[in-house]
Amino acid sequence: MISHSSPPPLFQVQHLTKRYGDTDVVQDLSFEIAPGECLGVIGPNGAGKTTTIRMCLGLTMPDAGRITALGLHMPVDALAIKAQLGVVTQLDTLDPDFNCAENLLVYGRYFGLKDAEVKKRIPALLEFASLTSKAKAKPGELSGGMKRRLSLARALVNDPKLLLLDEPTTGLDPQARHLMWERLQLLLQQGKSILLTTHFMDEAERLCSRLLVLDHGKKIAEGKPRDLIAHYLEPDVVEVYGVGALALADSPLRAHAARVEVSGETVFFYTRDSGALLQALNAYPQLRTLHRPANLEDLFLKLTGRQIREDA
Amino acid sequence: MSTPLIANPPQTQSRWRAPQLSLRFWPVFLRNLLVWRKLAIPSLLGNIAEPLMWLVAFGYGMGALVGEIKVDGQPVPYILFLASGSICMSAMQAASFEALYSAFSRMHVQKTWDGIMNAPVGLDDIVLAEMLWAAFKALFTVTAILGVMLALDISHSPKMLVAWPILLGVGITFSSMALVFNALAKGYDFFTYYFTLFLTPTMFLSGVFFPLDQLPPLVRLVADWLPLSNAVALVRPLFMDQWPRDVLHHGGVLVAYAVVSFWVALALTRKRFGQ
Repeated sequence: MISHSSPPPLFQVQHLTKRYGDTDVVQDLSFEIAPGECLGVIGPNGAGKTTTIRMCLGLTMPDAGRITALGLHMPVDALAIKAQLGVVTQLDTLDPDFNCAENLLVYGRYFGLKDAEVKKRIPALLEFASLTSKAKAKPGELSGGMKRRLSLARALVNDPKLLLLDEPTTGLDPQARHLMWERLQLLLQQGKSILLTTHFMDEAERLCSRLLVLDHGKKIAEGKPRDLIAHYLEPDVVEVYGVGALALADSPLRAHAARVEVSGETVFFYTRDSGALLQALNAYPQLRTLHRPANLEDLFLKLTGRQIREDA
Repeated sequence: MSTPLIANPPQTQSRWRAPQLSLRFWPVFLRNLLVWRKLAIPSLLGNIAEPLMWLVAFGYGMGALVGEIKVDGQPVPYILFLASGSICMSAMQAASFEALYSAFSRMHVQKTWDGIMNAPVGLDDIVLAEMLWAAFKALFTVTAILGVMLALDISHSPKMLVAWPILLGVGITFSSMALVFNALAKGYDFFTYYFTLFLTPTMFLSGVFFPLDQLPPLVRLVADWLPLSNAVALVRPLFMDQWPRDVLHHGGVLVAYAVVSFWVALALTRKRFGQ
């Protein structure tokens, strides 16, 4: 008998591996997505995020490993799985020759949906994307945020159980990004599951119930955002910059911090005792300090390093 | 006996595996039809203006000088000779243009294919839809030209009705061939080679403008195996109110070009998309 204590995963990836030539793009990657969950995948450029998504869609064949979704297997059942998925890719693939409503209609047909059925849903989808007034506008006339929301509405045309979103807010201004977040939160409330890749740590923290940190194709951490921060980092960060700041990195102030990092002209003190550190810093009024709680960005930089990736 | 549950690596599929074709191609075909419907009239004018200019300039101009041409010992007015050849040429050009420039725009520039593949439609069905779409466009162009030819009273053979499905076949052959080069292209410039190095010589060596027996024997040997010359061999007699000869041979050559090209196009497109 199968235990019913926790629902079976909606999506499961086991020991996924992909090599291009001598480069391991994805190495022995395993993860699961539970129903109603938002799993975030973060990692520097070239970490293997997009390749993983492509394998999940059956568009790239893994060298090893197994992908199961909704009780079906990739790549054998690729089409049956995709019938129940919604996908937003990094680059918009909207049809430039059709207006917003037509884009939704034509895309619905790829799922074998009847025109009448899709037409009935179009007003709600446009409303969801805040594009009702743009129903007759072509993608070329839309702003970046509108295009992304149309892509999201298009991904919902088949009422999918699971959404795969590859950097859905990259390149958007703060207003457009917040609107996108609201919409994604609404979808989560409706019980949809989401796999999301992102470069924005505030986005990951806001939306994702669980995070996967990838680097060089390997999973280097996994857990709830707050747990990961608590596990890997000290609770407080004091950033110090200004003339003479760098000298502090090797000064007795170091004793107040568990860890000190230097990046450019700024010294980062990671500390459990920010009070003592800040008091000591009062002796350096010419320096500017920023005291804040440790966040995901700190975690990300700690785990994947501060150096720019060559392919970034 | 139970099936062992092993997390086995998925077997790598051959790029040359059999085509996986299904009715899922239809919404993709329909998508192209919808876009085209918005611009059908201007695009139709563009498609038929050039062939008609050829016909008028060469047919009436040269026709006055040449008078009649002998086809299998039978005298034929030059305008009829030219019209029956150039209709095949128009099918070739319309299909090639659509399956090169337009398909490449959708595949590479607009990423329309990538969008479609995130829905439950496979790459093979997309390639099939593009192939049939380009053939349909050729048929549409050819139909318009046939209408003008009827209006000009160049031929009124009822057998021209049979030429119609043959010209669809010509469209299928040339769109399949073009898709091979579409799969290999890095940019639009690449297609210039296909047009200047293959289609233009094909046009001159396929009996469109002058009979093949004018050619030196060695060139004739090549010409006889060109797809367009086989298309002309099937269509021209129908314009002359006769049945073509060696139908199986000529039809077979066209089908062979179509089948082999489509398969190669599929394999190369799968390679391009890493599938």
